[in-house]
Amino acid sequence: MDERPIPTGLKIATFVMFLFLLAPLIVVIPISFSGDAFMMFPPTSWSTKWYRAIFADGKMASAFWTSVKLAVVVTILSLVIALPAAYALVRLRPRGADILSSLFTAPLLLPTIVLGLAILIIFARLGLLATFTGLVAAHMVVTLPYALRVLATSLSTLPIAVEEAAATLGASPLVVFRRITLPMMKSGLIGTTALCALVSFDEVVLSLFMTGPRISTLPVAMFHHVEQQADPLVASLSVLLVLLTLVVVLIVDRTSGLAKTFMK
Amino acid sequence: MSPSVITARETGAVPLLRRRSVLLLLLLAPIALLNALGFLAPMLNLARMSFYEIEPTGAMREAFTLMTWEKVVSDSFYAELIIGSIGLSLVLTLVTLICSYPIALYLHRSSGIWRTILLVLVISPLLTSAVVRTYGWIAILSENGMVNNLLRFVGIAPMRLMFNRTGVIIGLAEILMPYMILALLAGFGRLDPRVEEAASTLGAPPFTVFRRIVLPLTLPGIALGSLLCFVLAVSSFITPKLLGGGRVFLLATEIYDQAIVTLHWPLAATLSIIVLVIFGGALVLYSRALRQDM
Repeated sequence: MDERPIPTGLKIATFVMFLFLLAPLIVVIPISFSGDAFMMFPPTSWSTKWYRAIFADGKMASAFWTSVKLAVVVTILSLVIALPAAYALVRLRPRGADILSSLFTAPLLLPTIVLGLAILIIFARLGLLATFTGLVAAHMVVTLPYALRVLATSLSTLPIAVEEAAATLGASPLVVFRRITLPMMKSGLIGTTALCALVSFDEVVLSLFMTGPRISTLPVAMFHHVEQQADPLVASLSVLLVLLTLVVVLIVDRTSGLAKTFMK
Repeated sequence: MSPSVITARETGAVPLLRRRSVLLLLLLAPIALLNALGFLAPMLNLARMSFYEIEPTGAMREAFTLMTWEKVVSDSFYAELIIGSIGLSLVLTLVTLICSYPIALYLHRSSGIWRTILLVLVISPLLTSAVVRTYGWIAILSENGMVNNLLRFVGIAPMRLMFNRTGVIIGLAEILMPYMILALLAGFGRLDPRVEEAASTLGAPPFTVFRRIVLPLTLPGIALGSLLCFVLAVSSFITPKLLGGGRVFLLATEIYDQAIVTLHWPLAATLSIIVLVIFGGALVLYSRALRQDM
């Protein structure tokens, strides 16, 4: 289709804009190996001391484990709650299914700063502020819509004939779901798991409203650290986080195909 | 059909229907509960709270007064805040559009593995935390950052690129670029290289081809990307807070400060509703522009 050569001007503009787009991620790598006490670019000396500093920093370490636990719990609960809901909306198609699914995905349309404030006010009354339970509930307000959307898409693209054949041959609805539907939804399930885990692990605005001195997540701890001081600690942490994300993406790609999961 | 068959079918159908409703209720109850607790109740409560009364002591009292709304309307600080936020978001949308357009156009024309690699490069920043990317911008723009050290090296006086609107615009433009590029690409469907080819074969210079063919055909993508970018810009918080350093006042940062620092919840609630109204306004403008285009 594209026999026409791409003009040189466009090539140069694209290259420059890609540099701009990737600049903040590229710049973090050399700074993470800085030996300076403060953030400077280029660094005047080199070391791995800021990588060691992450593990020595108790606040960062505990925030990291909170984030990991949070991501695991949020992902499992999102799957457990969104899967039945997706099944009900797609397969049983009750009256008003469209209205219900737009209601359940509506939180995604709201700016997180507004949603965060709204949740803060209600959760303060319920005594859920700065608690692990409160963080789980707040994260699920945004992960559930994603999970519902991906799982509903995955369900609605399945060939229903196979399920019907199994039912005709005498399998009970639960057996059909467990033996036929669930295995066929594998890539949708993996995609949902990865998406929920990444969204929860990266979520910062809602968490900012929900955390306190007693409990913090990694993105919130990083935000407060950057707000207060400019040292290379966050650079080293960022490199590790980018590597972690890369591992997750590679696993998803190997098991189900990245394109299928994120671009449908 | 004998009457006995009909009765059998009727008695069988009623429990089946009831069983279906019970099943539906069971399957949908958990998500409905979380939606009510984490979305519906908080949002209704937020709208209600903007009408609460604030006593001179600073204590909040359940009431129905337009006090906070009057304050927001009459205090010029808030008028400037709202106009400033909208203005900054408009400038940002334009900057982001200019930065993203070449990449989207290039991606639209490229194919194969090269296109896949570039697409991954566009999406990968989305998988990285905004805190990390903003930190990267601090490293580039700060006093001892990349740009200023480069300027010193060539003998130019360093510039103030952070803790002001310039810094916020540079950082946010980059944060929003992936969204803009993906939206542009989604709207580039009508752009057929053969039409451009025809125009240039007929003697149109490259700029005329761009202005008369490429630009009009990509307008739907531009409108979609601009809407998305504007809406995200108005509500963005992390980057303005860190790159603005408390010296750039925007709606989103003010909502956070009123909610967490001053604990003036009715004011934060009122400002939140204003953000939602701006969202609605942008959507209305977008759908109007789209209808005119058709």
